Amino acid sequence: MSDELLAIADQVIGWAHDGEQVEVVVGKSRSTEIRVYEGDIESLSSAESQGLGVRVIADGRQGFAYAGSLDPDVLHEVLDEARDNAGFGTPDEFLGLAEPDGVPVPDLDLYRPGLFDVPTDRKVALALDLERAVRAADPRISGIEAAEYADGVSEGVVVTTTGIRATGRDSACYVGAYPLATDDGDTKTGFGFSVGREPSELDVDAAASDAAQRATRLLGAVKPAGGRMTVVLDPYVTAQLIGILAGTMNGEAVLKGRSLFADRLGDEIASSVLTLVDDPTNPLAYTASHTDGEGLATRRNVLVDNGVLQKFAHNAYTARRSGTVSTGSAVRGFKSTPGVGCRAVSLVPGTKTQPELLAEVGDGILVSSVAGLHSGVNPVSGDFSTGAEGLRIVDGVLGQPLREFTIASTLQRMLKDVVAVGNDVEWLPMSAAGVSLVLRDISVSGT
Amino acid sequence: MPAAALIDDDVVTRVLTAALRTGGDFAEVFAEDKRSSSAYLDDGKIEELSSGRDRGAGIRVVVGETTGFAHTADLSETGLLVAAEAAAAAAREGGGGTRTVALTRTEVRHPSPAQIQPADVAKATKVALLQRADGAARAAGGDIRQVSASYADSRRRILIANSDGLLTGDDQVRTLFTVGAVALGDTGMQTGRESIGHTIGFELFDRYDVEELARAAAERALTKLAARPAPTGELPVVIGPGGGGVLFHEACGHGLEADLIAKGASVFKDRRGEQVASPLVTLVDDGTVATEWGAFGCDDEGTPAQRNVLIQDGILTDYMWDFLRSRKEGRPRSGNGRRQSYQHLPMVRMTNTFILDGPDDPASIVSGTEHGVYVAKLGGGQVNTATGDFVFGMTEAYLIENGEITEPLREGNLIGNGPEVLQNIEAVGNDFEFGPPGTCGKDGQGVPVGDGVPTLRVSKLTIGGSAA
Repeated sequence: MSDELLAIADQVIGWAHDGEQVEVVVGKSRSTEIRVYEGDIESLSSAESQGLGVRVIADGRQGFAYAGSLDPDVLHEVLDEARDNAGFGTPDEFLGLAEPDGVPVPDLDLYRPGLFDVPTDRKVALALDLERAVRAADPRISGIEAAEYADGVSEGVVVTTTGIRATGRDSACYVGAYPLATDDGDTKTGFGFSVGREPSELDVDAAASDAAQRATRLLGAVKPAGGRMTVVLDPYVTAQLIGILAGTMNGEAVLKGRSLFADRLGDEIASSVLTLVDDPTNPLAYTASHTDGEGLATRRNVLVDNGVLQKFAHNAYTARRSGTVSTGSAVRGFKSTPGVGCRAVSLVPGTKTQPELLAEVGDGILVSSVAGLHSGVNPVSGDFSTGAEGLRIVDGVLGQPLREFTIASTLQRMLKDVVAVGNDVEWLPMSAAGVSLVLRDISVSGT
Repeated sequence: MPAAALIDDDVVTRVLTAALRTGGDFAEVFAEDKRSSSAYLDDGKIEELSSGRDRGAGIRVVVGETTGFAHTADLSETGLLVAAEAAAAAAREGGGGTRTVALTRTEVRHPSPAQIQPADVAKATKVALLQRADGAARAAGGDIRQVSASYADSRRRILIANSDGLLTGDDQVRTLFTVGAVALGDTGMQTGRESIGHTIGFELFDRYDVEELARAAAERALTKLAARPAPTGELPVVIGPGGGGVLFHEACGHGLEADLIAKGASVFKDRRGEQVASPLVTLVDDGTVATEWGAFGCDDEGTPAQRNVLIQDGILTDYMWDFLRSRKEGRPRSGNGRRQSYQHLPMVRMTNTFILDGPDDPASIVSGTEHGVYVAKLGGGQVNTATGDFVFGMTEAYLIENGEITEPLREGNLIGNGPEVLQNIEAVGNDFEFGPPGTCGKDGQGVPVGDGVPTLRVSKLTIGGSAA
C-alpha cells in the first residue's frame, strides 16, 4: 500500500521550485472500534482516514499546510498554501529538513496483515467476552461503563527534496473495560486492558482481572492524614511520571528556556539507581517505530545514565541549533510540523518485585493512580503536585485503601529522592513503560 | 445558506435511503468542511504559519440499541454511499426494505455570526498581532526571559440531515489568541499564560487588545516569582470571578450528562428533584450565549442551541441530553449532542456552563475568610464522574490571611468531591464573569466549551501544595 502513498509524495516533491526545500508527509489509516454494553453491541465504527502535510523552507523561512484528503485537486493547493505561509516566517539560519544520516532503520515487525482477516464477529466477541469476564471476576462489580475492542492499521511516508524517503506501517489492537464496583454504598471505578499487534495476542482474562482488581481494591477508602513519607508508585503511575520527565529532556524545551534541565548536561540530576532510556527500536514497546517524523531511523537514546544527565532528545532543527545531531526524535502527524518527543521511554529495572519493595519500605503509601498530573507538574519550575489514590503500606504490606489526597514535591527533589526501581517493567499503550518506583520524603496532604 | 454548499439535497436523500436499507430505525448524515489557520511566535520569531483543511462526512445508522458508524473524506455521492453501506452493515442486520425520507430544511439562528471572516484577513495582519504581543510582554520587565504567542482561527461549516426529515446546518467561526511568558528570578522560572477566544471572527481584535493580554501574562509570571509554596491540607477556598468556572464544569457538569447517568457512572443518578447543592447555587448550561467559546447555532445532531437550567437554587432540575438518550427517555433533546469532527460519533457534551450571580458582595466574601486560599485562576482539571472526585491545577492563587489577600502561591493542585463541594458553597457573589476559552475532553474527543462563575467560597477543599 505504501507505493500509492510514495507516488503521491513524489508527485508533490516534483513540483518543488529551485532553491526551496519541500517535505511531504502522507498518512493513511483504517480502524475499527466496537463498544458493547450489557451483552449487546452499543456501537460499531469503521473508518478510513488519510491526508498529507507539506512543509516548505525557502530563504530560511518555514511554512506549513495540510489537508485531510488525498484528492488530486487538493495536493497542489496544499503545497501552494505552505509556500505562501513560508513568506511570513522569520528567517532562521537553523531551519532545514532532515538529511540522510546513515543510521540504519531498525528491523522491526510491527505490521500483521492477519488483522484484516479477523471477522468483525470475532472482534465483537472479544469485547463481549471481556465484559462477561469482568462481571464474573468479583461480586462487587456493579456495572461496566464500557467494554471495547479497537484496532487500527496505519501507514505513512516521508519524502523530501533532501533525499529522505521513509516508509512505515504498523498494526495494533486493544481490548479494554471500565467497570464500577460498589460495596456498602461506596462506588469506585477501575480499568483494565490488553494490547497487541493482532487479536491473537490479546489477553482478555488478564485485562478482566486488572479491571476488577483496580475497581475493587479502593472500596472503603478513607482520606489519609498528611505528612512527609515514602511512597511507592504503581507501574502505571511511574509511566505517567517518566513520560512527563522525558518531556523536560527535550531539545526544543531546552532551547526555548522552558526546561529545568537546560545547562545541566553532565550533571548528576538524579539518584544513581535511575537510568532513563528512550528506545523506539525495542520491539516490546507498542510505540516502537522504524523512523521518526522527519524520516530518520529511530535509535536508542540514554537520557539519564545512573543519575547523570547524558542527552536531550532532538529533531533536525533543534539539533542543528544546539550544535549536535538529531536523535531521531521528531514526532508529528501529517497535520503539524515536527516537534520533539520521546516515543518509548523506560527506566532500567532494578532487581526487586513490588512486594519486596513494600517490605523494605515498611510504612508509607502505595500510589495506585494519579489525577491531574499534567496540570500539576510545571516543567519549567519543576513544581509537582497531583491528586492521588492508593493503599497504606503498614509493616511492609498493603492495608487500608486511601482516597482524595495529593502528593507534592518538585521534579528536582523527586529525582534525587528515588530509592529503588522495581523489576516489574510493564509495556503500555503509551510513550512510556511502567515499573514500580520508590520515592522518599514526599509531601502528602489529606485531612 | 452554508449547508447547501456541502452536499446537494437529493444526494442526502439518496444516501439516507441507502443507510436505512438494512432496516435501521434512524439514519443521519453529518457533513463538515473545516478550514483553519494558525500562526505561532516563539523566542521572538514567527516560527510558522499553518493552514489546514478537513472535509468529510460521518454516517450513522441506529437499530434498537446499536449504532453503526462510518466516515469518509469523499463527499461525492459514490463516497457517501460507500460509507452509508458500511454504517448500515455495522448496525445489526434488520428486516430490510425501503423507507422514503422527506427532508425539511430548518434554518438555525447562530447567536454570533462572524462579522469579519478570518480567511479574508491578510496573513501579515495576523502575524503583526503576534509581534505586538511579544513586544508588550517583554516590555513588562527585565525578568521576562521568554515569550510565546499563538493565533488560531477556524471556520467550521456543518450539515446535518436525518431520516426524521431534518435538514439543517451551521457556520461556526472561532478565533483564539494566547500569550505565554516565562520569568526568571532567584527562585527559578515561573510561567504566566492568558488567552482570549470567542465564537466570532477577526472582530475579536476590535474588542480585545493583544498587548494588554500580553502584559497580563507577563505580570502573572512576574508575580509568581515571589510566590511561596502553597499550603497543604483542607482550607476554605475563595474562587475568583471567571477563572474558577471550570470547577463546576468538572465537579458537577460531567456528572449531569445523560449518557453517564444511563450507565450508572454518575453520582447524580436518580437525584432529580433533590437538593444536591447549597441553595445559593443555580447552574446553567447555555449554548446560546453570544460569542462565548461553547456557543453555536445548532449542535452536531442539528438541535438548536438552548439554555438549560441544571440546578435551580440547589435543586437538581435536569440532565443534559443528546439524540440517543433523549429518544430512549421519550423527551426532547437539549442541544448537547456534540462531536469533535465528522470522524466521531456525537455524545452528550456541555456548551457554556456557569453559576449565576448570588446575593453576596465579593469583597465581603474575602474579608469574611479568616485563613484560606484565593484562587484567581484554575488550570486543567478532571473528574471521575462515578465517584465525583475531581482535581485541578491552580495557576494563579493567593493566601488569605485575616480576611485579606496577601502573598501569591506557587502552583499546586486542588482536590475535592463534586457533591460535597456543591453542598459546601457558603457564599456566592454578584460579580459574574465568563472565564477563558476551554477545550473539554471526553472519550478522546475535544470540543470548545465556556464556563463562568461569580466570586464564591467553598468551606473546605484539599490543597496539595508542597509546604510541609
